[in-house]
Amino acid sequence: MPALTAAVGSDMWRTARLVAAKDLGIEWRSRQVTNQVLPFAGLTLVLFAFALDRDDITARVAPGLFWLATTFSLIVLVQRTFAVETADGALDTLRVAGVDPAGIYLGKALALAAQLVVLEALLLVGVIVFYASHIRPAGIVLVIVTAFLATSGLAFVGTLYGGLAAGAKGRETLLPLLLLPVVAPVLIGATRAFEAAFGTRGGEGIRAGVEISDGWPWVGMLAIFAAVFGAAGVLAFGPLLEEA
Amino acid sequence: MSPVEPVPAPSTSFAIAAPVVALRHVVAVLGRFPALAGASLEVQVGEVLLLKGPNGAGKTTLLRLCAGLVPLVRGEAEVLGHNLRTDRAAIRPHVGLLGHQNGLYADLSVRENVRFWGRTAGASDGEINAALTQLGLDGRLATVPAGRLSAGQRRRTALACLIARRARLWLLDEPHAGLDADGRDLLDDVIRRAVGAGATVLVASHELERAKALATRIVTVAGGLVHNESPDDAGADRGGRV
Amino acid sequence: MSTTVPNPQSIPGTNVSAVSRRWRGVTSTGFSRVLGVATLVLVVWLVLFGLLFSPPDQTQQSSVRIMYIHVPTAWVAYLAFGVTGLSSAMYLFRRAHSLAWDRVAGASAEIGVMFMALTLITGSLWGRLTWGVYWAWDARLTTTAFLFVTYVGYLAVRRLGGSHQARAKRSAVLGLLAVIEIPLVHFSVELWRSLHQEASVANPSGDVKMDGLMLFSLFVGLIAFSLLYFWLVLHRQRAMYLEDQYDDADLDVALVERRAETKEQSRA
Repeated sequence: MPALTAAVGSDMWRTARLVAAKDLGIEWRSRQVTNQVLPFAGLTLVLFAFALDRDDITARVAPGLFWLATTFSLIVLVQRTFAVETADGALDTLRVAGVDPAGIYLGKALALAAQLVVLEALLLVGVIVFYASHIRPAGIVLVIVTAFLATSGLAFVGTLYGGLAAGAKGRETLLPLLLLPVVAPVLIGATRAFEAAFGTRGGEGIRAGVEISDGWPWVGMLAIFAAVFGAAGVLAFGPLLEEA
Repeated sequence: MSPVEPVPAPSTSFAIAAPVVALRHVVAVLGRFPALAGASLEVQVGEVLLLKGPNGAGKTTLLRLCAGLVPLVRGEAEVLGHNLRTDRAAIRPHVGLLGHQNGLYADLSVRENVRFWGRTAGASDGEINAALTQLGLDGRLATVPAGRLSAGQRRRTALACLIARRARLWLLDEPHAGLDADGRDLLDDVIRRAVGAGATVLVASHELERAKALATRIVTVAGGLVHNESPDDAGADRGGRV
Repeated sequence: MSTTVPNPQSIPGTNVSAVSRRWRGVTSTGFSRVLGVATLVLVVWLVLFGLLFSPPDQTQQSSVRIMYIHVPTAWVAYLAFGVTGLSSAMYLFRRAHSLAWDRVAGASAEIGVMFMALTLITGSLWGRLTWGVYWAWDARLTTTAFLFVTYVGYLAVRRLGGSHQARAKRSAVLGLLAVIEIPLVHFSVELWRSLHQEASVANPSGDVKMDGLMLFSLFVGLIAFSLLYFWLVLHRQRAMYLEDQYDDADLDVALVERRAETKEQSRA
């Protein structure tokens, strides 16, 4: 039995590595994310500033705007990662290839997470530049851990729902409808954690000044989210891929 | 009339083994439309079966069914010993499907595409290189991104991916389309080699002259059914009857 | 939600005698009629008790009567959500993969979405009457809103098409994911709102002092709406069964036409 599970597990990880390398290789060649999605994300930051029109507000809501921009970019990235598969019928070929669908899922989620991390790094710079935010030095660890867990959660959920919507008619409009409600906990948790790290808090009537320790419960919630949806994705992606 | 040699008939020892494909009154639907309306077919190991028929007859669906991609609505089907009702996923590692689309990634080079698809089937680097060589893709073309190839070159790349997978059942849907004369010779050679290595091939094609020469058996697919099961038809013209 | 149910006798290929013996061409049986009558009686009771017999509240006066609809619809919305989740699990994890579970899940989702909308609307009106605001960001309201949107998405996925089994599998996975997602949303919203030190105000039922008669009316409301839910789901999933049968019968007709193509072509 252990040998069997080891064999199954290693097939999944082997496939995941293959698929992740393939996705990242495609991105490296085409530079679509770097050339199109990153500027899009930066633009949303600018547009937020236009819409809010109050410099004192933007500084305080910077964490929220950061994660909003990330969430919207997630939708674009997920659509991209599955458009690559459906363009020339590669999704069909992946099905026929008979590889472990969980491996495909993990590989695509991994590649998606890597792209998200790059995006978030850029957005962080953008937020500091455009919104005059600053991270408290003591809060750097919180920022990194939050970003890691939130990104994992977003990548897991995005790949799962992307797989469900891939190849379906009307999938462009279906994906945001399905995805946005699900990522709400990540948005809430990651924003609160960032607020703790930045030392700001948005909204009126709330005491300003937040302790960094206030952020860690949210990190716990993000960890649960990532674990739960990671597991769900590994189990559910196979059946979903079947019926696309 | 046909310049190529016919494929040698399968040896008798194969005929005793279970059929590679056994379909009985299979109904398969695309949305609401019954692409296959009760098709029955049996294919033995080592055969090269040509599926001919008008467009919309159900040839593509038949091939996709044998690849385990299309669910059965009615009837029974067994491919390589697996029941397609219960066990569709299990046959997939053993079949290779070349559909209308090529399944290539436009941004990756020819070599990277073949390497990816080969690796998913566990092929070694040697086998991958052999596949590239067999289709004349190991020279200058190997590093060209698939998106920049001509249609014929993409088809050859897709074939190389198929070879690298060493499938036992080959399902080729209009493989000659888009290939020039050299490419078609290459394809015939590839099929011959595959059969020599023990594979079974189902080909759907409008290139009747070439395919007839290659085929050990010809059937017609029309209206979602399989007709005209006939033994070797190389060179003979059935005239009139579709 | 389709309201026209085709008469089985007119569907070629349907096992007409079996279907019509059971349902006589419509989706009611003895049991569902009894259920329907009971529901009707209880709804009438609810109207009487809710509007007439129960006393008005001390602070809210008569606007408290919305509670007799709002609380039951909220209860039914979550009941429907639970039923969909459970049926999705039963569909997926039972070897038989019986489509009956899928139909229950789908019917429950359709009816549930309706009740969710009602909950949000009545809650909004009640909040407006008592507190002057249509909406507040408390955990319960927000979670219900998310439940609503999630199920709208679920219904959209059900309509994607494909074979019955394909639809069932896709929807079942989504239904189970929703069961995971909704508690997470609720938890995170609750944690979020607890940061705001103001008292949790957005629940008008919070400061209703319930006396015996009001409690009883509420109880009647819960039962009445639950029965209504069951009655609706029962009929809806039977109608779905007939729709699926109709689709399959459709298939028989299409098969005949498809096979006839060959004859036409050979004649041409």
